[in-house]
Amino acid sequence: MPENLFKINVKEYILPGTRACQGCGLSLAYRHALKALRENTIVTLPASCLCVLHGLYPSTPVAVPCLNNSFAATAASAAGIAAGLQALNKTDLTVLAIAGDGGTFDMGIQALSGAAERETDFIYCCYDNEGYMNTGTQRSSATPLGAVTTTTPIATKQQHKKDFIKIMEAHEIPYIATCSPAYPIDLYDKFVKAKKIKGTRYIHINVPCPPGWGYPPRDTVRMGRLAVETAVFPLFEIEDGKFRFTSRSKTMAERGNKLPVINYLERQGRFRRMNIEQLRQFQAWVDKKWQEYLRRSQE
Amino acid sequence: MPEVQIMTGNAAAAQAAVLCDVQVVAAYPITPQSQLAEILSQYIEGGKLKAEYVRVEGEHSALTVCISASTVGARVFTATSANGLLYMHEQLHWAAGSRLPIVMCCVNRGVGAPWTIFNDQQDSVSQRDTGWIQIYCRNNQEILDTIIQAYRIAEAVYCPVMVAYDGFVLSHTMMPVEIPDAASVREFLPPYRPHTVVSPEDPRTLNAVLFPWRRANAQGVVCDGYMEMRHKLQAALERALDVIRETNDLYAARFGRDCGGLVWEYRMEDAEVVLTAMGSLASEATVAADLLREEGIRAGVAGIRVFRPFPADDVRRVFRKAAAVCCFEKAISYGYEGALCTEIKGALYGTGVSFPIHNYICGLGGRDVKASELAQAVRESLTDMAAGRVRTRAMWLNCVTE
Ligand SMILES: Cc1ncc(C[n+]2csc(CCOP(=O)(O)OP(=O)(O)O)c2C)c(N)n1
Ligand code: SF4
Repeated sequence: MPENLFKINVKEYILPGTRACQGCGLSLAYRHALKALRENTIVTLPASCLCVLHGLYPSTPVAVPCLNNSFAATAASAAGIAAGLQALNKTDLTVLAIAGDGGTFDMGIQALSGAAERETDFIYCCYDNEGYMNTGTQRSSATPLGAVTTTTPIATKQQHKKDFIKIMEAHEIPYIATCSPAYPIDLYDKFVKAKKIKGTRYIHINVPCPPGWGYPPRDTVRMGRLAVETAVFPLFEIEDGKFRFTSRSKTMAERGNKLPVINYLERQGRFRRMNIEQLRQFQAWVDKKWQEYLRRSQE
Repeated sequence: MPEVQIMTGNAAAAQAAVLCDVQVVAAYPITPQSQLAEILSQYIEGGKLKAEYVRVEGEHSALTVCISASTVGARVFTATSANGLLYMHEQLHWAAGSRLPIVMCCVNRGVGAPWTIFNDQQDSVSQRDTGWIQIYCRNNQEILDTIIQAYRIAEAVYCPVMVAYDGFVLSHTMMPVEIPDAASVREFLPPYRPHTVVSPEDPRTLNAVLFPWRRANAQGVVCDGYMEMRHKLQAALERALDVIRETNDLYAARFGRDCGGLVWEYRMEDAEVVLTAMGSLASEATVAADLLREEGIRAGVAGIRVFRPFPADDVRRVFRKAAAVCCFEKAISYGYEGALCTEIKGALYGTGVSFPIHNYICGLGGRDVKASELAQAVRESLTDMAAGRVRTRAMWLNCVTE
């Protein structure tokens, strides 16, 4: 699809010199998200890898106005920006709240639920690297079953990942989408679409993380693709409740060529302690979710 | 034209928010602040106040909304009490560190556990070191006047201001309040100008991470490190002492009401024993001073209106001629004594004074404090002092302590 590539905004909003790790999936995703949202954007973000990516005061490689806020505060901060802009009659700006899985699934959930329930006009983006990476790869409620983290060092994570999409769906917001930096055009399109919609929009990005997941930096795109191709992380959007697969997940749904999860898990050091029973449970969990999505896509 | 109305302290605070043309309100209900959140909803929904009201799901978010809205250039207002204030604690530091001129009412209430809805000042006093200016009110008129002054002070020094007033004692008690006319308030309070303009034309990352040392920007200009920024916050609070005094004087000249600057005085001309306290307790102390004077005891009151920045010079000047001090407090720094008492002693250190200072912890969780009880405490202090009995710890007034 080379013609699709031409529509991508050529302007760069992330200049060289970010403080993210080599091969960081977040950098890749953030770059395309900002390209899609363009100039009139204000970002708010909490303590996280993204906060570090933004650089050390007084220099930043990111050419978009940005507020840092405390860990639990992201969505409330966006609500404050939106209210402030509204009060000042500045209505042409998109407010992007973007936080890690820890700042979304765990500590930020109250503020996010509140902001979504109030129909705050903003895009909330969770970049999900499946752990507290900024503080050294601790477990979050987004960490998958069987993963070693620094707080599940021996026994591994004993629970499945929290189904956060369901939580956001329960808020009946107009737009929900998942995307991956391994499929940048899909990601770009979803941010472009989200920008045009009013109300609370939720975008969930799967962000492969070389040090946190235990794979070589050059394999980030491959890891992102495998997450999609094994249906560990399907790509879709839910517009006003209507579910639709997109990109690679769409062709997978049509052709039924989903790969076994082992193809994805075996390439990541964090799953080195996973036992056969956990592997079985992991596959069963993925299959169940995939079936649910397939059913919804046919409704 | 100004008009006088009978109203509660919470209503007076809401009136002040209207007069100050606040643009964003975010609040979460908690007794005894709730009424204020409700009145503001009425004003905003009814069109009396043109502002965005963000009905947040908790106090951490309430202050976060204020922080972000203030950052993009809106004048913001919030209010809370007790556990609500403590739930905001992280953001109190964030607001001050971001140098945002947020004004918040703390409707003083005791802190759980165990639960109490009644008044003391443990909530605000325990937030002393968050970088907020703290001003305590004596009555409902002062609540209104202080909020108007608070915006002017906050926007001059870029520090947040907490306007503290006692729950129920003021928040739910009706008193006559003169409401200044809106035009004069607007003249007194010019529109808010943020210190940093957040705009796509000049994209900046605000409150980015920094390392301990100073660092050069892309143009090679060496910029502040964390410690320089902290020093600037400290310097702003020190500068605020003059700004608060000047603002008080300017307000008095414009509106005819003097709220007492930093430390107000009552019958202090020839006072030998000085009663000191904050908020409505200090008002109560003036009645106690009258009682004592009737008996020939030369008592006066030094009311601490501003607890942070601490007006050490004023305390030194006002207490200079005292022979004895009784410090009454509705809060305690557990394991030591009342924080105000410690501050006063600290301010007097090195001035050569050697009069005894007695500390009384009183009114916690709404326990009654009558003027007659304050007077009796002073009498007992004077007896002990005359007998040369040294007190090493705070007394608990009206409380079974054995
Ligand atoms: C109140 C509070 N508790 C803990 C922290 C420490 N902390 C900073 S970032 C972080 C984890 C961030 O994880 P996540 O949101 O998943 O983002 P990531 O670092 O993975 O990008 C934690 C626990 C904090 N900043 N604030
Ligand atoms: S730890 Fe992972 S998410 Fe964080 S910057 Fe490094 S690669 Fe990116």
